[in-house]
Amino acid sequence: MSRQDVLVDADWAQAHLTDPKVVFVEVDEDVSAYDTGHLAGAVRLDWKTELQDQVRRDFVSKEQFEELLSQKGIGNDDTVVLYGGNNNWFAAYAYWYFTLYGHADVKLLDGGRKKWELDGRELTTAETTRDKTSYTAQEQDTSIRAFRDETIAAIGVKNLIDVRSPDEFSGKLLAPAHLPQEQSQRAGHIPTAISVPWSKAANDDGTFKSDEELRELYKDLDTSKETIAYCRIGERSSHTWFALHELLGESSVKNYDGSWTEYGSLVGVPVEKDV
Amino acid sequence: MCGAPAQELLSSDVGDEAVVQGIVSRGGLPLAGAYVRLLDGSGEFTAEVRTSDNGVFRFFAAPGNWTLRTLAQGASVDTSVSAVRGEAVIAAVDVPA
Repeated sequence: MSRQDVLVDADWAQAHLTDPKVVFVEVDEDVSAYDTGHLAGAVRLDWKTELQDQVRRDFVSKEQFEELLSQKGIGNDDTVVLYGGNNNWFAAYAYWYFTLYGHADVKLLDGGRKKWELDGRELTTAETTRDKTSYTAQEQDTSIRAFRDETIAAIGVKNLIDVRSPDEFSGKLLAPAHLPQEQSQRAGHIPTAISVPWSKAANDDGTFKSDEELRELYKDLDTSKETIAYCRIGERSSHTWFALHELLGESSVKNYDGSWTEYGSLVGVPVEKDV
Repeated sequence: MCGAPAQELLSSDVGDEAVVQGIVSRGGLPLAGAYVRLLDGSGEFTAEVRTSDNGVFRFFAAPGNWTLRTLAQGASVDTSVSAVRGEAVIAAVDVPA
């Protein structure tokens, strides 16, 4: 696995917009962004209504994921290229999710919507139609997904990496500053977690930093140990998981998708707060 | 609440929030689709929003000093602001044409 296998640039994307074996998939925090213009031929995935169970707090099942991708017209042998707003947070989350369910060839568009827009490249409001497929997913690969109890047990044992902003880590804020301050019951971070904000892995235009810069950024991680990344709801930590697991090739890295909204509401667990 | 709320200017009652908001313009006209990044006192990225059709951006920050870094096609502009609890601070950002 190398950078070219998992990350494509805007020129590559432009050249493959009409490639029948490449499916562009837009995943945004703001799901209405797609309607204002999207890459030609791209389909939309709604991270909240389509990737999450609408009753329990969990992902959709393997069968539901199969039905979803079949309806979207995505085949098992298609190359899926994910992109979105917010510096690809939710696209990285979807990348991790597609990997969790075993999709063979999935890539991220480096820089996502922002780079595409700042480049002045074309977006269209034309409707995308794709023929239904018969998609088959794998069982979840839980070697990349961390759960609550495993995360608690990792305190002082495994690497815990908190990728939220410094003010969320310290307990000053409960959520990113473009959102109302709500969500978890407590502010702070998991004891022994180190703070490496996701944003340090990205340039201003949303592209990932070079492998050399990323290695320098994560040099304090003890790579002889497993690593669990978390944020608030698991999307920014998917971005960091992508940098560590996919770009740098670190094999033992998990994303804790329950993240701070789960951990910060648990009764009886240790919390550190700096303010 | 996970999706970014619509970007519109808040008026008076912002409760306990320390709001930093404003309008991005280019050549005197509101600029839609600019990216405004909120950097903390040490220059660390905290949040980013895309301006609305009216060029509006808005952050729920914490009290203190912040830098707004505005990205548009071919331009990047830094602007200093101070946020105050219970108030909505307004910044005007003009991007060179």
